[in-house]
Amino acid sequence: MWTAILTISALALVAGLALGIASRTLPADRSSLVLQVDELLPQTQCAQCGYPGCRPYAVAIVEDGAPINLCPPGADATVRRLASLLGRDPAPLTEPAPASRIVAVIDESRCIGCVHCRSACPVDAIVGAHQLMHTVIAAECTGCELCIAPCPVDCISMQARS
Amino acid sequence: MSAPTYDLGKLHGGLRLTAHKEESTAAPIQHVPVPAQLVLPLTQHSGDPAQPVVDIGETVLKGQLIASPDGRLGAPVHAPSSGKVLAIEPWPVHRRHGDNAPCIVIACDGADRALEIPRPAACYDDLPGDLLFERILEGGIVGLGGAAFPTAQKLMQAASGDLEFLILNGVECEPYISCDDALMRERAREIVGGARILMRALRLEHCYVVVESDKPESIRALGEALAGVDDARLTLKQVPTIYPSGGEDQLVQLVTNREVPSGGLPSDVGCLVQNVGTAAAIHDWIVDREPLISRVTTVTGDGVAKPMNVLARLGTTVADIVAFAGGYTERAKRLIVGGPMTGKSVTTDRVPLVKASNCILVLGDIPAVAPEKPCIRCGECAEVCPVQLLPQQLYWYACADDEAKLRSYGLTDCIECGCCDLVCPSHIPLTADFRVAKARIREMADEKARAERARRRFEARNQRLDAEQRDRERELAAQKEHAKKAGPRAIAEILERQRSKDKD
Repeated sequence: MWTAILTISALALVAGLALGIASRTLPADRSSLVLQVDELLPQTQCAQCGYPGCRPYAVAIVEDGAPINLCPPGADATVRRLASLLGRDPAPLTEPAPASRIVAVIDESRCIGCVHCRSACPVDAIVGAHQLMHTVIAAECTGCELCIAPCPVDCISMQARS
Repeated sequence: MSAPTYDLGKLHGGLRLTAHKEESTAAPIQHVPVPAQLVLPLTQHSGDPAQPVVDIGETVLKGQLIASPDGRLGAPVHAPSSGKVLAIEPWPVHRRHGDNAPCIVIACDGADRALEIPRPAACYDDLPGDLLFERILEGGIVGLGGAAFPTAQKLMQAASGDLEFLILNGVECEPYISCDDALMRERAREIVGGARILMRALRLEHCYVVVESDKPESIRALGEALAGVDDARLTLKQVPTIYPSGGEDQLVQLVTNREVPSGGLPSDVGCLVQNVGTAAAIHDWIVDREPLISRVTTVTGDGVAKPMNVLARLGTTVADIVAFAGGYTERAKRLIVGGPMTGKSVTTDRVPLVKASNCILVLGDIPAVAPEKPCIRCGECAEVCPVQLLPQQLYWYACADDEAKLRSYGLTDCIECGCCDLVCPSHIPLTADFRVAKARIREMADEKARAERARRRFEARNQRLDAEQRDRERELAAQKEHAKKAGPRAIAEILERQRSKDKD
């Protein structure tokens, strides 16, 4: 009988320890869901959803139940994937998805070096200094269009990627 | 010469197809005269396009370097005949089904003056392996079986592993194509010579020259050539005629009974596969100092008046080659560069012959393809798949755009041989769907990588902004603290200074 009791106790101890370690080391469920949602978003950081970037939108979806159809760059595929991850119904996008990938282009002859666009870029894809010409690092540009509005001389345009 | 051996591994699936090869192998290889104009695409190989090193208007000689490789993977392009560079401009190419790609256009002067390439004093036997690789790269040599992978890079990659066998691929399993057969019949000695150069470069002790058993003339010619060099390291092997046993991985399986791992290369199981045409091209360059400027290609199909194998300069347009072969017949309806299973249909015959063009196929009436019907899950496709995939499942997941499932069911291992299309009773264009799905999952992987990068940059920026914010707050707090400490006395001092100033 003692063998049985000892065996069961040992097993319980091992299982308890394993669970305890797992609960401490593995991320909590909620934040892991945020990570999974963030993973599905296109990371353009364009704020078209009304939140200041993809991660904040992911947090809003998980914690505040924000709608899942607010991301035009992700297109219908993202809505579908989010729906199947979260067990919600897919809904049509609030705004149509862009037709192709776009990139911001600064007309360098007109740029006055005001640095407003550089501060607006969510992924630091614009280089330039005060009073000096700015330019876009095309490879890093996500096409979020956030640099368009701040430009005082309207010298930034969005162009289709070749 | 050792006797042909038959102890073979087993190939899964595959099909016995009607060969349609007698039409083009009746006569020996014919030489197409140098045309008035040659068009050399800058991308005739897998990898990055070569960069032109000649200017418009410049006179070039036969064998002169006109574009040199740029980037990690590539091969140079040489002028196939002497003349003047007319333009560097977009021109239709078969790689893009007749859409344009940058090409160098040469107006030939007809004199065919060759550039004097100094013959090395030493025989290749004395060259170290690395130097041989470099030489092969300089010769612009790429795999002539159809994929056009730069040979030098393939050799360097293979040399870094533990190699055991060189396999010379004379298994021309796709219907209609017979250029390797013609080459083996007429230039077996050069092929064997090329094989020995490769063995020398890679320090290999075993080479299998593999031919299908339905090519008796090739087998005889190769047998004689092997007897001529009397080298026990080379063995002639015959394999049954089953499509697609000439695929690289399939051939390795067939000859050595070793399976190339999923996503791996033949060098992972100690093998290097080279097409017989590539071996001959290596011999021509290393021994005879002629870079890759011409190739043997098959012109065939019921849309061509006189099907034959021709030796033509690279850059000769398909129109010129077909005209040489007696022109089109009335039945001609459809033009394919490459074979009927893996070739590319093109929209114009202005496309030039390139290093990868092993066949020019003009087909007549295409039997009406029955409309596509739903999959009945009969499993025929899985039975014939040489890679042992489950095309019916892949089709399912391709329709659903399910990237994870497509990957786990091995879509990336599909060799696009087209066997599943042929046997499908519902006439589903499976291979075409798989090509699209492959492109799609590549695109998704790119998208994912881009998103990951953007995420990291976004997070780094947020961290930086937070840190700046914290610094500012700390500074402000410090100033406030300072003012508080200095207290009323400091304020009184300032007021005093102000007052004395006012008095002045």
